[in-house]
Amino acid sequence: MADIRNNFVGIKSPNPFWLASAPPTDKAYNVIRAFKAGWGGVVWKTLGEEGPPVVNVNGPRYGAIWGADRRLLGLNNIELITDRDLFVNLREIKQVKKDWPDRAVVVSLMVPCEEHSWKAILPLVEETEADGIELNFGCPHGMSERGMGSAVGQVPEYIEMVARWCKQYTRMPVIVKLTPNITDIRYPARAAMRGGADAVSLINTITSITSVNLDSFSPEPSIDGKGSHGGYCGPAVKPIALNMVAQIARDRETHGLPISGIGGVTTWRDAAEFLALGAGNVQVCTAAMTYGFKIVQEMIEGLKNWMDEKGHANLDSIIGRATPNVTEWQHLNLNYVAKAHIDQDACIKCGRCHIACEDTSHQAITSMVDGKRHFEVIEEECVGCNLCVNVCPVENCITMDPLAPGELDRRTGKTVSPIYANWTEHPNNPMAKVAAE
Amino acid sequence: MAEGLFKEGIAAARLSPEKYADNFSDLHPPLDHHEALVESDRCYFCYDAPCMQACPTSIDIPLFIRQISTGNPIGSAKTIFDQNILGGMCARVCPTETLCEEVCVREVAEGKPVQIGRLQRYATDVAMAQNKQFYERANNTGKKVAVVGAGPAGLAAAHRLARYGHEVTVLEAREKSGGLNEYGIAAYKSTDNFAQAEVDYVTAIGGISIVNGKALGRDYALSDLTASYDAVFLGLGLTGVNALRAEGEESDGVENAVEFIAELRQARDLSALEVGRRVVVIGGGMTAIDAAVQSKLLGAEEVTICYRRGKEHMNASEFEQDLATSKGVTIRHWMQPKMVVAENGRVAGIELEYTAMAGEKLAGTGKTLRLEADQVFKAIGQSFDPASLNGSGASIAMEAGRIKVDAEGRTSLPKVWAGGDCIFGGDDLTVSGVAQGRDAAESIHLALMGG
Ligand SMILES: Cc1cc2nc3c(=O)[nH]c(=O)nc-3n(C[C@H](O)[C@H](O)[C@H](O)COP(=O)(O)OP(=O)(O)OC[C@H]3O[C@@H](n4cnc5c(N)ncnc54)[C@H](O)[C@@H]3O)c2cc1C
Ligand code: SF4
Repeated sequence: MADIRNNFVGIKSPNPFWLASAPPTDKAYNVIRAFKAGWGGVVWKTLGEEGPPVVNVNGPRYGAIWGADRRLLGLNNIELITDRDLFVNLREIKQVKKDWPDRAVVVSLMVPCEEHSWKAILPLVEETEADGIELNFGCPHGMSERGMGSAVGQVPEYIEMVARWCKQYTRMPVIVKLTPNITDIRYPARAAMRGGADAVSLINTITSITSVNLDSFSPEPSIDGKGSHGGYCGPAVKPIALNMVAQIARDRETHGLPISGIGGVTTWRDAAEFLALGAGNVQVCTAAMTYGFKIVQEMIEGLKNWMDEKGHANLDSIIGRATPNVTEWQHLNLNYVAKAHIDQDACIKCGRCHIACEDTSHQAITSMVDGKRHFEVIEEECVGCNLCVNVCPVENCITMDPLAPGELDRRTGKTVSPIYANWTEHPNNPMAKVAAE
Repeated sequence: MAEGLFKEGIAAARLSPEKYADNFSDLHPPLDHHEALVESDRCYFCYDAPCMQACPTSIDIPLFIRQISTGNPIGSAKTIFDQNILGGMCARVCPTETLCEEVCVREVAEGKPVQIGRLQRYATDVAMAQNKQFYERANNTGKKVAVVGAGPAGLAAAHRLARYGHEVTVLEAREKSGGLNEYGIAAYKSTDNFAQAEVDYVTAIGGISIVNGKALGRDYALSDLTASYDAVFLGLGLTGVNALRAEGEESDGVENAVEFIAELRQARDLSALEVGRRVVVIGGGMTAIDAAVQSKLLGAEEVTICYRRGKEHMNASEFEQDLATSKGVTIRHWMQPKMVVAENGRVAGIELEYTAMAGEKLAGTGKTLRLEADQVFKAIGQSFDPASLNGSGASIAMEAGRIKVDAEGRTSLPKVWAGGDCIFGGDDLTVSGVAQGRDAAESIHLALMGG
């Protein structure tokens, strides 16, 4: 049986599934329910500095987009950090950690960008015996207007500075949570590393407006006819998060910096993908908010099952396994030739592959053969783009089959070369020509 | 005396009042908003969709379903009505299992088609509830067209002609319009007086006047119409009934299934309708099924359909057959009526002969079986009654007993078009009548405006 115990910057948990800092981790009641359901750890909902707590809006905080059958694909929120008293939170954290010593309890923090603020809160958290802290430099709404959250996360110098203060004033591991609302995620990650952070976690939510009410012309969620941008999360953001995780994992400077992967993790499969791209564990929020805490059971069993099937003994044998396979476009092998192939037994003849290719791509799929409705790839035209695979409603009905070296590519009339060749050496590349001269 | 279900002979009030209401409620209850959204999400928006090819009126089904899924049922209804102005009735009565839904790729793939008929009903119900009218009459062309018969074919033709600005007079023999929508379709397919509501919806475009109680051949002749109108469309349906050709056919209790259904459809109080305790229905089509099922729903204890060929030869779809058996109707195959057994001039039973294929031909085997019965319904097909056409100057060309038309619906007589059940080569479905009426109207319009 695969061992999925997790050790993330020294913080141990029975599995790599943590709940992200968010409503599900706002108080002891929720967190205890989560631990009972099997979650490996939590990042407690972000605490602010001592004093009157923040207030939230009293109307809708969430907006969403849906797929078929109202399956929630993306969620956005305008909720702020915890609106409960700091000391109530701290007392609960301490008790929960005491009662659940085998689970990870990390505390998310967001205080003004001043040294004394951080210096003041860190000992209070340390006293709870929590396992670590996560610096919330991510929230794109509300707090950012007050110079916190993503307002810090968008300035690498601030990240470095605050990370350094934290390392200076606490023995706890420091995880810096990054905002995706920047142009290149590697800069804030490098800054966190320079500041001495033990790890980064990403992504926080993406600045967004989910929809507009077409009767009132108010953005949703609407508060008295007005809306404000929120933070977007859920399955829809996973591809963005995966790329950012991979960028940090591959970067020469940040390579090896532990990453807690966040962004749309909904199933064991999503989690495995984050791990494969270099995340040391994952954090989940939207899936729990959609389906409840029980989903972690599917994640745990699914991950173990896959690891057993593939012979992966523990998490270390999968973490980062896909990272080396992420490369720049210019290094992709241009001598790799694939052609779509339609399994006629699986084909249900909906014709979507045909019309997608016909209208928008390469006119490489038939719709009629000998007067009969029949969908077949015309190899002379197929560029192997994969669009048909993606629009086909039947899984594995259309596959992309690579041509073996020596085989004829009927589109170009050339045989497939066995030699790896990429753009950097391609005759059409002006830079390559220069190099050759 | 035996009460209710067990009353001997032909009797009324076999059931409690609530039971009648329950038995004759909607066969397929309408989809609610949520169900319609979930169902519409199942459509793959196929290219050159097979369902669209299978629909006799060629409704753009993927488009109308997508419009439902995007919260635009009104636009969806327009997509439907553009091709089929009786889309509301078709949604209720089309044997979708042998039309659009039979070829749905999800039927082929998973045995569960997108429920096209019910989605069509959802969209058309929304539009009709708001009496949303999509079409305006074009400027009056000054051309006058007579439509004979206010059934699906006649109504579809009238609507399309009115859209083009022609002045349409519909001459209908019966008191009510709608044809078999009003008098023939099973009661549980068209509830709440839908057929009349639809007639009103269709004629609301204006330029259509329906005159009821005016029968061709009785009150006027075809030559009168061709003399006073620019064009004539015949949508006469089928008024003749095929005979059993069995001894004793004239006994009391041997009835015509179509008449029985018409009476049922017009009944204000179903409990006043009489039905036998033991009913035998002879036939294998939709009429046989409807007569049998509705007899059962009226409280007949034993209902048996006897069909002279096998299950696979029945005109009624598999769904219809299953519906009948689920209501407790027995379907027996390979037997034909030989003699109606009468006592004192009243039906007491029926003698049937087993049949088999003798080479290519169906033949009696000589072996017989006797079933007890106090009511026998004939449902062995209807025929076109050409008597109404008598009196036309030249006679109209016929084929196999029905009116012969070309691809556009033109008969052999100039100025005369025909469509629906009365023409040769159709499949006797409401939706086909609509398609033929609509297409004949297009042809009429071309002829009137071209000349
Ligand atoms: C019992 C039964 C059940 C059926 N169930 C279904 C079903 O579930 N689904 C389906 O798709 N189809 C069904 N059908 C078939 C369908 O009803 C017909 O195909 C359709 O009604 C044909 O339309 P039409 O306009 O050609 O004829 P009709 O509906 O028969 O209309 C003809 C009209 O012409 C009038 N008329 C006739 N003669 C004259 C005259 N001389 N002068 C003036 N007016 C005249 C009639 O009164 C009638 O109003 C059923 C038929 C029957 C009998
Ligand atoms: S009219 Fe009938 S056959 Fe055509 S789409 Fe509607 S239900 Fe299907």
